[in-house]
Amino acid sequence: MKVVVIGNGMVGYKFCEKLVKKNTAGNISIVVFGEEVRPAYDRVHLSEYFAGKSADDLSLAPKEWYSENGIVLHLSDPVVSIDREAKTVFSHAGVTESYDYLVLATGSAAFVPPIPGVEKEGVFIYRTIEDLELMTDWAKKSKKGAVIGGGLLGLEAAKAMLDLGVTDTQVIEFAPRLMPRQIDDAGSRLLQSKLEDLGLTIHTSKNTTAINGNDAITSMSFSDDSSFDVDMLVISAGIKPRDELAKNAALEVGPRGGITVNDHLQTSDPFIFAIGECALHKGMIYGLVAPGYEMADVVVTKLTGGEKSFTGFDMSTKLKLIGVDVASFGDPFVSGDGIKSIVFDDSVKGVYKRINVSADGKELLGGILVGDAEQYNMLLQTCKNKVVLPPNTEDVILGARGGEGDGGAGVTSLPDDAVICSCEAVTKGDICGAVQMGYETVDGIKKCTKAGTGCGGCVPMVKDLMVHTMKAAGKVVRNVLCEHFDYSRQELFDLIKLNDLRTYDEVLTKLGKGDGCELCKPPVSSILASLWNEVILKKGNDTAQDSNDRFLANIQKGGTYSVVPRIPGGEITPEKLIVIGQVAKKYNLYTKITGGQRIDLFGAHLSDLPNIWEELIEAGFESGHAYGKSLRTVKSCVGSTWCRFGLHDSVSFAIKVEERYRGLRAPHKLKGGVSGCIRECAEAQSKDFGIIATEKGWNLYVCGNGGSKPQHALLLASDIDEETCLKYLDRFLMFYVKTADPLTRTATWLNKMEGGIDYLRSVVVHDALGMNAEWEAAMESHVNSYECEWKAAIETPELRKRFNHFVNAPEEKDPTVVFDPMREQKRAKEWK
Amino acid sequence: MIAEKTITWFAACSVTDVPANGGVCVKYNDTQIALFHFTRRDEWYATQNECPHRMQMALSRGMIGTQNDEPKVACPFHKKTFSLVTGECLSGDECAIKTYEVKVEEGIVYIGIED
Repeated sequence: MKVVVIGNGMVGYKFCEKLVKKNTAGNISIVVFGEEVRPAYDRVHLSEYFAGKSADDLSLAPKEWYSENGIVLHLSDPVVSIDREAKTVFSHAGVTESYDYLVLATGSAAFVPPIPGVEKEGVFIYRTIEDLELMTDWAKKSKKGAVIGGGLLGLEAAKAMLDLGVTDTQVIEFAPRLMPRQIDDAGSRLLQSKLEDLGLTIHTSKNTTAINGNDAITSMSFSDDSSFDVDMLVISAGIKPRDELAKNAALEVGPRGGITVNDHLQTSDPFIFAIGECALHKGMIYGLVAPGYEMADVVVTKLTGGEKSFTGFDMSTKLKLIGVDVASFGDPFVSGDGIKSIVFDDSVKGVYKRINVSADGKELLGGILVGDAEQYNMLLQTCKNKVVLPPNTEDVILGARGGEGDGGAGVTSLPDDAVICSCEAVTKGDICGAVQMGYETVDGIKKCTKAGTGCGGCVPMVKDLMVHTMKAAGKVVRNVLCEHFDYSRQELFDLIKLNDLRTYDEVLTKLGKGDGCELCKPPVSSILASLWNEVILKKGNDTAQDSNDRFLANIQKGGTYSVVPRIPGGEITPEKLIVIGQVAKKYNLYTKITGGQRIDLFGAHLSDLPNIWEELIEAGFESGHAYGKSLRTVKSCVGSTWCRFGLHDSVSFAIKVEERYRGLRAPHKLKGGVSGCIRECAEAQSKDFGIIATEKGWNLYVCGNGGSKPQHALLLASDIDEETCLKYLDRFLMFYVKTADPLTRTATWLNKMEGGIDYLRSVVVHDALGMNAEWEAAMESHVNSYECEWKAAIETPELRKRFNHFVNAPEEKDPTVVFDPMREQKRAKEWK
Repeated sequence: MIAEKTITWFAACSVTDVPANGGVCVKYNDTQIALFHFTRRDEWYATQNECPHRMQMALSRGMIGTQNDEPKVACPFHKKTFSLVTGECLSGDECAIKTYEVKVEEGIVYIGIED
């Protein structure tokens, strides 16, 4: 099949791109004619050409892209006629091409009103890169500029004039307001005053009657008998579809221009399609790029054997005009029986918002935002999905008032297009939209959006967004663990302690209902471990542990496990290094240094784990708890014992801290760092707690983390001695363990805490809650009762036998485990 | 003609080999079967050991529980959950897992294999 495309603008290019992608059979050949010298470029961001972008920056794809994809591209060569009988086109340069299907993507030209004098020098239109180049030259000697047209394109042109240094520029609009198609009077007035602040002069209801001057423009006259001096004019008064080729080929065109198309974008000749700004669909010319792309997709689908139609397009837009947000969505002007509008007009801050609401107050019909369009996505979703509005409808544009303030760094401060689930590319807007559509459980959101179905790391954030969105809609949200417990983690923590419960089953029977699940088992097990410091696999609590905790190792691709012995502070003797090497060789393990200054041994069969640990423990190692929501490492720099800059012995302190908190179960993993001087080589400020040496002692930072949303730790106390530092850490960690939600790192915990770091300091340093003595005692009890759980596991036959893969063939390993060789070691076989 | 299914029962292990409210993996020829003792409900379940999401032999190591009183298992890898009764995936749209009948006689757990 041979497809000829006339026009190489944005939509023409997008058509080629989509067709190439779908032409998997390779049986479609493509020929493109473009009238400009350049291949398609980004016309929407044309004004950035003045802000320093080059023509190449704006290019959508280089010439090579076309040849690489087998597309024949004729540039600077417009098609001059179409012979529909012979299905052939003829170009200006004499090229003749036959076609099976012809696609007209001829776009539009600037509409130039018939004003006397438009032909004079210094009068420009604003459409192509050539136009811009001409304007750039002329602007060098211009002082007084003008733009005819106060619509979207006109204001873009006005911005271009400012960028070109013609700061004294007047905008002339025939209609009584700016952007008459998008926004109302009040919005327009606000936009006007904002643009005037930037130095533009705006005239509305002004009709140009003449452009005066000898060869070049010197002034303009208007129907109100006024006139002013102008030495450069840009006309941007609208567009007219390029339909002349279609007209000459006797295709049907609209009375006011535009090539008539049906829902398949077919013209009156079924072998000829028209897309983009040249197409007239149901009496409408779409002057935006998104509907043009959609049209391209419809035709590509049709040509590649699929079925799709174009049924109109939402013209909601949001743009930044010369630094001012302007957005309109749905029907911005709707009026009629009982339809109400809510208007917020703040001329001090320069914000105007209007929403149109159905007579029963339940449905959002459309609206306008000027000066602050942050809520655009949410409102557009509400409007499109016909989400029922809250009783205090004004909240949707003003935000809920009288409630607690925004923490600032929480999920609420993220923009709607922030990707929350990177596995499935789900944005905050998608998730909030799902909640508004009625998916009010994490599982429901997972099913609807697929968020959290990959690695699952985003689930706590998804939950936060859900809670926040529901609260914003005025719904009561109980922060409970799951369907089996009507309590939050913090409530359960107190209740378990009060009732002296020691096993998951007791907790479920006494405080919950039903039979538990994977959502409540890990947090309850974590609480039990934090409270009683008993070996987690005993008392039948093993199957209530998260799977990694149950096997005291991290499950990896292929079903093998990784082994991480504790190496406190990253300090290790050569003898111990040798043991690790010997064990790795013996059990054929892949070895890698971790980010926390330890050594990870991968690829261990489940049934080898007890044997591996037996040898490691024999050599003086102990569990590193890399599998647990518990203390991982306390990273250190080498400190004053070797470093010429070191102030204190950071390694010794790191070892002391790591050994104090090893085995402490918490709502999430905990990492620490100790640096011996201000150079901060241990990167302690990216940890849950970081300790940095000063001339006088140590500075203690808390609540930092790396990971998907990095955050620096904040200073809790300065110039304290070791003993005070440990005391504060004891209190801080116990406060966190007791009150944080499941899978909440210290940073997020602090972000949600009312009063933030100041409140945390008042609790930890100044004992505002009167809990410090209790917390210190609890930590002391943890420190005294610590035992290595791997040691307990290998010494207890009942626990040890759980590490076999087959219950009925304990000596056999899982035969499905396969490794591939890689760089003299091995890797897990890639999964499907 | 009525097709009658015949079930071969094989002795997998003793009741005490299976942890309370947890699972073990049973080898049957070249097949791996996840066997669960849902002690809280006094119920036994058996399913394929392979999680269909990433084809990993791991379901026997997963946590079990209920969702609206429907017994389920969560895969250790990505917490995909499957009904222990029907095998249907309860989170997302993975395909269903195979389930087996289980019976206990005189302290021995038997798994039923359909021919």
